[in-house]
Amino acid sequence: MTDMAQPQHWRAWLLSDRPASRRQARLGRAYAGWQRFTTNKLAMVGLAIVLGLVLVAAFANVIAPYSPVEGGDLRTERLLPPSAAHLFGTDDQARDIFSRVVYGSRITLFVVVLVAIIAAPIGLVVGTVAGYAGGYLDAILMRITDIFLAFPKLILALAFVAALGPGIENAVIAIAITSWPPYARIARAETLTIRSSEYISAVKLMGASPWRIVLRHIMPLCVSSLIIRVTLDMAGIILTAAGLGFLGLGAQPPLPEWGAMIASGRRFVLDQWWVAAAPGAAIFIVSLGFNLLGDGLRDTLDPKASDQ
Amino acid sequence: MAVVETHRPGDIKPGRPRARSRSLAAASGIGRFLVIVVLTYLGLLAVTFFIGRVIPVDPVLAIVGDRAPTHVVERTREELGLNKPLIEQFAIYVRNVLTGDLGTSVLTSNRVIDDIRRVFPATLELATLGTLIGAVFGIPLGVLAAVKRDSLVDQIVRVIGLVGYSVPIFWLGLMALLVFYARLGWTDGPGRFDIIYEYTITPVTGILLLDTAMAGEWDAFRNVAGHLILPSALLGYFSLAYISRMTRSFMLNELGQEYIVAARAKGISESRVIWRHALRNAAVPLVTVIVLSYAGLLEGSVLTESVFAWPGLGLYITNSLQNADMNAVLGGTIVVGSVFIGLNLLSDLLYRFLDPRTKRR
Repeated sequence: MTDMAQPQHWRAWLLSDRPASRRQARLGRAYAGWQRFTTNKLAMVGLAIVLGLVLVAAFANVIAPYSPVEGGDLRTERLLPPSAAHLFGTDDQARDIFSRVVYGSRITLFVVVLVAIIAAPIGLVVGTVAGYAGGYLDAILMRITDIFLAFPKLILALAFVAALGPGIENAVIAIAITSWPPYARIARAETLTIRSSEYISAVKLMGASPWRIVLRHIMPLCVSSLIIRVTLDMAGIILTAAGLGFLGLGAQPPLPEWGAMIASGRRFVLDQWWVAAAPGAAIFIVSLGFNLLGDGLRDTLDPKASDQ
Repeated sequence: MAVVETHRPGDIKPGRPRARSRSLAAASGIGRFLVIVVLTYLGLLAVTFFIGRVIPVDPVLAIVGDRAPTHVVERTREELGLNKPLIEQFAIYVRNVLTGDLGTSVLTSNRVIDDIRRVFPATLELATLGTLIGAVFGIPLGVLAAVKRDSLVDQIVRVIGLVGYSVPIFWLGLMALLVFYARLGWTDGPGRFDIIYEYTITPVTGILLLDTAMAGEWDAFRNVAGHLILPSALLGYFSLAYISRMTRSFMLNELGQEYIVAARAKGISESRVIWRHALRNAAVPLVTVIVLSYAGLLEGSVLTESVFAWPGLGLYITNSLQNADMNAVLGGTIVVGSVFIGLNLLSDLLYRFLDPRTKRR
C-alpha cells in the first residue's frame, strides 16, 4: 500500500496470486471484477447514466436555474417552447420544465432506493428462512410467495394505493409489497445450494444457532445475486412509479414527479408537445441506464446466466 | 385445507414416483395443480378483501360520513355484515365473488360485474391484437437474431428489447398520438370509433372488428380498424420486445444441442434445421411466453387505455380510482387477477400438453 504512487505496484498488489490478507484478496477480487465490467461498453454507459442521476439529484439546487414549484408570470410565460432561457420550455403554470425535470430526479431516486431497501430485505429474510428451515415453514412461505408472484403487479399496486390514499410514500409501499417475491425465490434457491455445504456443517458443529447461521453465514452469500436482480428491477420500479404518478396516484402536485408531469402535459400534447416529452425522455433514459447497468452486472458477477 | 393434506404425499416422497401407476401420478399432479390454483385464487381474494375491508379505518364512516348519528352507523354496520368476525366476513366475501357479486359501483350505479362485462371486450380486442402482432413479428425476429448472432438483426432485437423494457408505455403512446395522429394524420385518434358511428354500431360480441364485419358495415369497420392501429401497435411493440428476446434465448439454447449437429450432418438444409427442428423444440417454452405476454398486455391496458381513451377495463379501473369507487376498483382487480391466474394455469397446462417428455413418463 505504500507504493500507491506507482500504478504498476498497486495493480500487482491487487492482482497478486498470494494475497497476504483477507482485505487484499477482497480488493483484488473487486478490482478484477471491475476490469471485466469496464470492458462492457454498454454497462459503462449504464453506470454513467445512473451516476449522472445521483449527481443531478444531489446538486439539483445548483443545476436547476429556476424553482421547481413556483412559476413565472402566468400571462407571458405559460407554455413557452424550448429556448435558451427555458431549455425544455415552460408548462401551464409557467414553471421551467428543465428545473422540474432536474428536481424530479430526487423523487425518482427516493422511490427507487426506498423500494429496494424495503423489498430486498423482505425477500432476503423470507427466502433464506424458507430455504434453511425447509419443511412446513418452507412450504407455507413459498406458497405465499407464489401467490404474490401470480398477481398482476401494477393492478395490485393500484388497488393498494387506492385504499391507502394517493401519495409518494403509499406508492412506495405498494410497489414494495408487490416486488419482493422474486427476491425471495432467488434467496431461497441460493440458500438451498449453500445449506448442504461443509462450512455450514462446521458452523453448526461449533454450536451456532439457526438464526446466526442464516444471518451471518447464508445471507451475505445471497446478496450479490440479489443486487443484480434489484438493479435489473430498478427500471421496472421507476416505470411503475411513473405509471402511478401518471394516473394521479403517486406524488401529488406540485411535486415535480416525472409521471405526474407527463399527466399534466397530456392536455397540451398536440400543441405544446415539450411539456410531456421532456419528463418522459428522462424516465426513458434513467430506466435504460438501470437496464444496461443491470445487464452488465449480471454478465460480470454471474457469467452463467449472462447468455440471455 | 383437507384437500391439501390428501395431495401432500405426492410431494413428500419425490424419490419414489415409479412405485405409482402412471395414471395415478398424473392425477395427483393435476390435483396438486388445482390445489395450487385454488390457493392462489383464495390468496387473491384475501388480498382484495384486506384492501377493501381492513385498510380503510372504518368502511362504515366512508359510506355514511362522519357526522351520521350513532344509530345510522350501527344499522349500516349490520347491513354490511361488518359486526361479524373477520373470518366470517371473508367467507361471505368469497361466496359473493364466486357467485359473481362484486358489489355495486357508486359511479355508474350498476352492478360491477355488469359494468365489467360491458367494457371487457374492448380490452380483449386490444390485447389480442397486440399479442398477435408481437408473436407474428417477434418470433421470426428472435429466430433470425439467434441464427445470425451479433449481426444487424441481433443488434436490432437487442435495441428493441432494451427500449421496450425502459420506455414508459403511456409516454410512448402520447408521443405516437402526437406524431402519427396529430402531425402525420396516418391513423385515427383516441377512442374506439368516430362519434358519427356512435349509434350505428350494434355491439354483439363487443369486439367491434367482428361486429362491424358481421353486419357488413365496411365503413364502420374501416373506422374501427383505423382507431385500433395505434394502440394495438403500441401494445404489440411491448409484446414483440419480450417475445423476440425470449425466442432468441430459447433458439440459442436449442441450436447448441447435439441433435442440431446430427441434423446438419445428415445433410438437411439449414432452413429446415432452423425452422422445423430447432424452432419446434423452442416452441414449447415459447407458448408459455406468449400466454404470459398476453396476460401482461391485459395488465398494461390500464395505462394504454387511459392514454387512448379506450373504453375498456383499464379505463374503467382508472376512472373508478379517480372517483374513489372502491367496489369497482377491487372488482376490476379481481377480474384481472382471475384472468392472470387462469392464463398462468393455461400456460402450465399447455406446457404439459405440448412437451412430449411429460407424457412419456
